Amino acid sequence: MAAHAQITIEIDRGYDNPKKIAVVPFGVGAGIQGLDNPSDIISFDLARTGQFAPTPTKNMLSMPDQPKEVLFRDWRVLGDEYVVIGRVDPAPNGNISVSYFLFDVLNERQLANGTFTAPTTALRDMAHLASDEIYEKLTGIRGAFSTRIIYVLALDLSLKTERYRLEMADADGARPRTLLESKEPILSATWSPDGKSVAYVSFEKGKPCIILQEIASGARTVLTDFPGLNSAPAFSPDGRQLALVLSKDGDPEIYTMNLATRELRRITRQRGADTEPSWTADGKSLVFTSDRGGKPQIYQIEIATGLTQRLTFEGDYNARARMLPDGKHMVFVHRNDGVFHIAVMDLDKGRLMALTSTSLDESPSIAPNGTMLIYATQDKGRGILAVVSIDGTVKYRLPSSVGDVREPAWSPFLNRTR
Amino acid sequence: MQHHWLRNLAVIVLAGLVLAACTSSGKKGAQEPLPGNEQPTVTAPAQSDSEISRSVDASGNPINPQTGQPLTRVFYFDYDKANLQPESLAILELHAAFLKSAQDRRVTIDGYTDERGTREYNLALGERRAEAVATFLVSQGVRRSQIDVVSYGEERPADPGHTEAAWAKNRRAELVYH
Repeated sequence: MAAHAQITIEIDRGYDNPKKIAVVPFGVGAGIQGLDNPSDIISFDLARTGQFAPTPTKNMLSMPDQPKEVLFRDWRVLGDEYVVIGRVDPAPNGNISVSYFLFDVLNERQLANGTFTAPTTALRDMAHLASDEIYEKLTGIRGAFSTRIIYVLALDLSLKTERYRLEMADADGARPRTLLESKEPILSATWSPDGKSVAYVSFEKGKPCIILQEIASGARTVLTDFPGLNSAPAFSPDGRQLALVLSKDGDPEIYTMNLATRELRRITRQRGADTEPSWTADGKSLVFTSDRGGKPQIYQIEIATGLTQRLTFEGDYNARARMLPDGKHMVFVHRNDGVFHIAVMDLDKGRLMALTSTSLDESPSIAPNGTMLIYATQDKGRGILAVVSIDGTVKYRLPSSVGDVREPAWSPFLNRTR
Repeated sequence: MQHHWLRNLAVIVLAGLVLAACTSSGKKGAQEPLPGNEQPTVTAPAQSDSEISRSVDASGNPINPQTGQPLTRVFYFDYDKANLQPESLAILELHAAFLKSAQDRRVTIDGYTDERGTREYNLALGERRAEAVATFLVSQGVRRSQIDVVSYGEERPADPGHTEAAWAKNRRAELVYH
């Protein structure tokens, strides 16, 4: 297996008063060695949200790993509002089990608990599932720690060994693996709503074509290979259709493809470039970028009627919109004074807010719970990924050890067996 | 596409060898032309206009009859723009003359943008730049069937830097002869 670019996380900013939570190092049963402690993974998951401030282990007065060992005063004096304890133990058939308990310190009661059993290779998965449950219990919002990201890693740009990799990693950047490596550019990778396939644009034929790849088997299918552009694939929420861009009839236009029959339907019919389609949550409309008015702006078209409305008016470059799960907000790339930021807009009020302040920010992709988005930016001249909360408060970067990282796409919720 | 390119490379190499032999520029190792069915796309020292416009260099790229140097094959664009710069037109006319007199030759026009802006919109912009070149060549009488257009958008920058100077080099259309 090829050496992988290691992605780390640097947290830049969080909320002013994050909730203090103690995630106590999990007890580890006899015969279990060489594994990460789930407490580190859970603690880091919660810290990344900016909503929680984990208590450093060295400050802890006791290290319980059983509910009866929890002394609430030990945590009250540290100012912790919540405590998480747990254990990792051997389980039948060579598996391990990870169990956790979440306590409310002030009210001295247990809020949640859970046990997961899986092979040792799934330790991180089990820890992320525990994080998902803890986060949901404390915020009412479904956790998205068990999700993944895909992104393009460009290596040795402008050298003879130039190559591109489509990578898939956990949402925290851990466990990257290569889905495709090519000497030709790869771009616009996107997830199917069931999380089992990805679609992307590849130049492996010397021109762009759209490819569908099943993640588990690696099986690849060329979906479109028309003259001109074949780009910007986007699965419909029900997974049955793919919106895409073709320029075979002249200008770049948006089409939908019925994935069962491969039948194409042309959606836009305007002069100028229409591109970057994205579905609304109800699957009835597409938002897209068009320069039909001279400059790129974001429009919405109702597929059944063709009824089109322009959504952005502020600034002369607004592009690549993605709708939030609430259907009321949209994130996109906005140019202001020549600098490209990620912006969010309240569609009812029409108000635009810049979420990022670096330059050349692009490719926003929203976490399935709608709380955060991942995007591409530059750091010391290299492409890296970064995450910002939808309210703009929390920010962290995911620098890679090598190469230029770009075009992240956050997976949908992935159904993993408990 | 790879195979296509390789096949055409063989023709180009052949043409280059013939050119080297014809001009006998003192390069040693000018070998006998390889046997093959395809006719090389060059002629001996040119007399007529059409023969001048068919001259190619060792790589099979057209030569500027006025200077004897290879014709510039990269054309630059202003930021956010896809219209040809006036200084590009005279050279593109020479490319058009070449393609008209060498109708067995094909050219791919690769369109590129700088890194600013979204990748997909830049693919559209790169295509628009390449199409601007294609449209000009066709307006000069080149057959559209000789031209392919591929947009790379902001991929494959000529200069990987992040400065105005790098961006200016990256906003381009490149003619690649087959």
